[in-house]
Amino acid sequence: MATQVVMPKLSPTMEEGQLARWLKKEGDKVSVGEPIAEVDTDKATMEMQALGTGVLRKILIKEGETAPLGQLIAIIAEPDEDISALEAKAGSGQPAAENKEKIEQKAEAGGDGAEQELAQVERGGERTQETIKGAPLRGERGGAPDSQTQDRRPAQDSSEASGNGSSVSTGEARRLIVSPIAARMAADAGINLRTLTGSGPSGRIIKRDIEAAIQAGDQQPEKLARAAERPAYQQPEVEGASAYRDETMTQMRQTIARRLTTSLGPVPHFFLTTEIEMDQAAEMRRRINELDPQLKISINDIIIKVAAAALIQHPQVNASFQDKNVRYYESADIGVAVAIEDGLITPIVRAAERKTLSQIAGEVRELAERARSRKLRPEEYTGATFSISNLGMFGIDEFTAVINPPEAAILAVGAMTPKPVVRDGEIVVRQLMRVTMSCDHRVVDGATGARFLQTFKRILENPLYLIV
Amino acid sequence: MAVITMREALNQALREEMQRDETIFLMGEEVAEYQGAYKVTKGLLDEFGDKRVIDSPITELGFAGLGVGAAMVGLRPVIEFMTFNFSILATDQIINSAAKMRYMSGGQFKIPIVFRGPNGSAFQVSSQHSQALESWYAHFPGLKVVMPSTPADAKGLLKSAIRDDNPVIFMEQERMYGNKGEVPEDEDFIIPLGVADVKREGTDATIIARSLTVPLALKAAEELEKQGVSCEVIDPRTLRPLDIETIINSVKKTNRVVIAEESHPFCGIGAELSAEIAERAFDFLDAPVRRVSAADVPMPYAKNLEREAIPSVEKIVAAVKEVAYLD
Repeated sequence: MATQVVMPKLSPTMEEGQLARWLKKEGDKVSVGEPIAEVDTDKATMEMQALGTGVLRKILIKEGETAPLGQLIAIIAEPDEDISALEAKAGSGQPAAENKEKIEQKAEAGGDGAEQELAQVERGGERTQETIKGAPLRGERGGAPDSQTQDRRPAQDSSEASGNGSSVSTGEARRLIVSPIAARMAADAGINLRTLTGSGPSGRIIKRDIEAAIQAGDQQPEKLARAAERPAYQQPEVEGASAYRDETMTQMRQTIARRLTTSLGPVPHFFLTTEIEMDQAAEMRRRINELDPQLKISINDIIIKVAAAALIQHPQVNASFQDKNVRYYESADIGVAVAIEDGLITPIVRAAERKTLSQIAGEVRELAERARSRKLRPEEYTGATFSISNLGMFGIDEFTAVINPPEAAILAVGAMTPKPVVRDGEIVVRQLMRVTMSCDHRVVDGATGARFLQTFKRILENPLYLIV
Repeated sequence: MAVITMREALNQALREEMQRDETIFLMGEEVAEYQGAYKVTKGLLDEFGDKRVIDSPITELGFAGLGVGAAMVGLRPVIEFMTFNFSILATDQIINSAAKMRYMSGGQFKIPIVFRGPNGSAFQVSSQHSQALESWYAHFPGLKVVMPSTPADAKGLLKSAIRDDNPVIFMEQERMYGNKGEVPEDEDFIIPLGVADVKREGTDATIIARSLTVPLALKAAEELEKQGVSCEVIDPRTLRPLDIETIINSVKKTNRVVIAEESHPFCGIGAELSAEIAERAFDFLDAPVRRVSAADVPMPYAKNLEREAIPSVEKIVAAVKEVAYLD
């Protein structure tokens, strides 16, 4: 039975995927659950797993090409099976829309990217059982009715498995037995289940196996090597117009473009700037880090904490425009813009007002790291209530940022620099930092935004407010 | 708070509600002169007289039907079955009349009636008198089903059941009437129907237990704690309506589930809970849900066999170790 490989929905906002890399070539043997390709979605690079067992007979799109959801992109079949009908069908392009509809329906019924993947493994499992007729799967089956008795008597079961174990373990289409939570944790941590040995009955991979694998850290995240192979820059002729090169836009770049033009265009922005004396915040940071050098609190961590505190005092800013309603959020979920190769992403510190500085620092560090290796889950970067973008480390004094809809505001933070100021008639040196808040005027008015910034400034200049 | 028995807590609930609302009356076999086969109605005939505490003949279908009729015309009957085994005779009135009347009359009739009595195994009363029938009644829309496990829950839930405008099946346990616990004396102490109680918090496995199996599950959890396994014990208290949210939240936390119940496994409440968990928290499970139920045989009379047929601390401990992949 031939298996049609279609472009899967791997993220909640995915409309199409760009094939980053084929991990198998035409003629390679593949089995269910085995990764066959890497796909760039709008937010991350995801592995695509085979849903059938057989030979990768036909690859229909090249690396770097883009396909809409549901488009047939490869065919897996038996070595001698006739696939001409399928190839013809692929040429017509008609099934893509149908498939896409099915995929969307499934996604709407409560699936996100990770669940889709799990569902794929599940479906794949069924397919295998159908396909490999007569293959001795004894001791390897998870969903068969006799599994209940196996589960109840693990000792006897394992001896049974070892009785005919040799034929089982060499079988190409080894059925992976994984508990649902283990599968989910492995997907989140980017662990390839095929590299693990399960400690449950019948070799079931269970939660503690994944925990052990995470702890051992023996799973190197797969390298994203695409960027390294850029063509060398063409030396332009001295005369005439500048030379140029065209690079296909990545999915992420396209998403950024699409998202941001839904912002400055339709969202009526206005900007408020203020200058903040940072001496006390800097001093507080120095003293905290002196207490425990492990903490590594940054100025940005303090800014996140202060912004959260100010947002809770000014719920009008912790809000979003919802067509007919204004939605006010209870907690301050702060998106922190992180620059990554090819773009940016804003992982979220949830309920920052309730977290300690050390929690925020740890979380930001960990999220930024995973953002850079593109291992963030969709819920970790969608649905912030307010964002902060800090370009201080690039020596930018002040700038304006584009709101990330539907949030009502974003705070653009510049560099902290020593400057002469007049205090009590004397010229003294103070660490000053300029921040500019972009506000969605449909939700936040000038005075509302100004009052928020006033509170923000007051707390940041006297961070003791954080604990009163 | 006073420490009293489950029997006394139920008695308090009946007395307080009867003082509060004179439309409430009790009816059943031996509830009046004999003060109840298990003395739950002790002293009530003296206090409220024979118009409100009525001895019935041995006719379950008859007095259940009288109760439904009384409820239809505005009274609030509390019908005692000497045990729920005898309620089998009254199921036509309970299922076809009490559970359906509000719906079939287009809401014209409320049926504020409570059917109460002991359910489940007792002490060597053999096959016909040891049955746990909760899944029968929970099966039908229109009935609420309540199963308390502590004296305080018994009091608070029975008061809620009596105040409810729908038929409530209130299932006690003969082995538990003498169990003691702290019970608030406040007359307004009620526990709403449909709210589960986390009897013990834990992180490694969730034991869902009700009625008789709650104290067993708590003992099992103590035992397992010594072996380094932290168990959460959840008592739904009400099977209809079921507080599935509390259960699912716990499953999401612990990833492992054991259901302890005194009824037979086949088509039981444990089967329903397993299905709900599979539907709502499949991705959070680390092991198949495991049930510890009564043996799938009629209850034996012999003491040693009876002990083997019902759930025990040892069986619950073994099941938790199985879902946690220990041993």
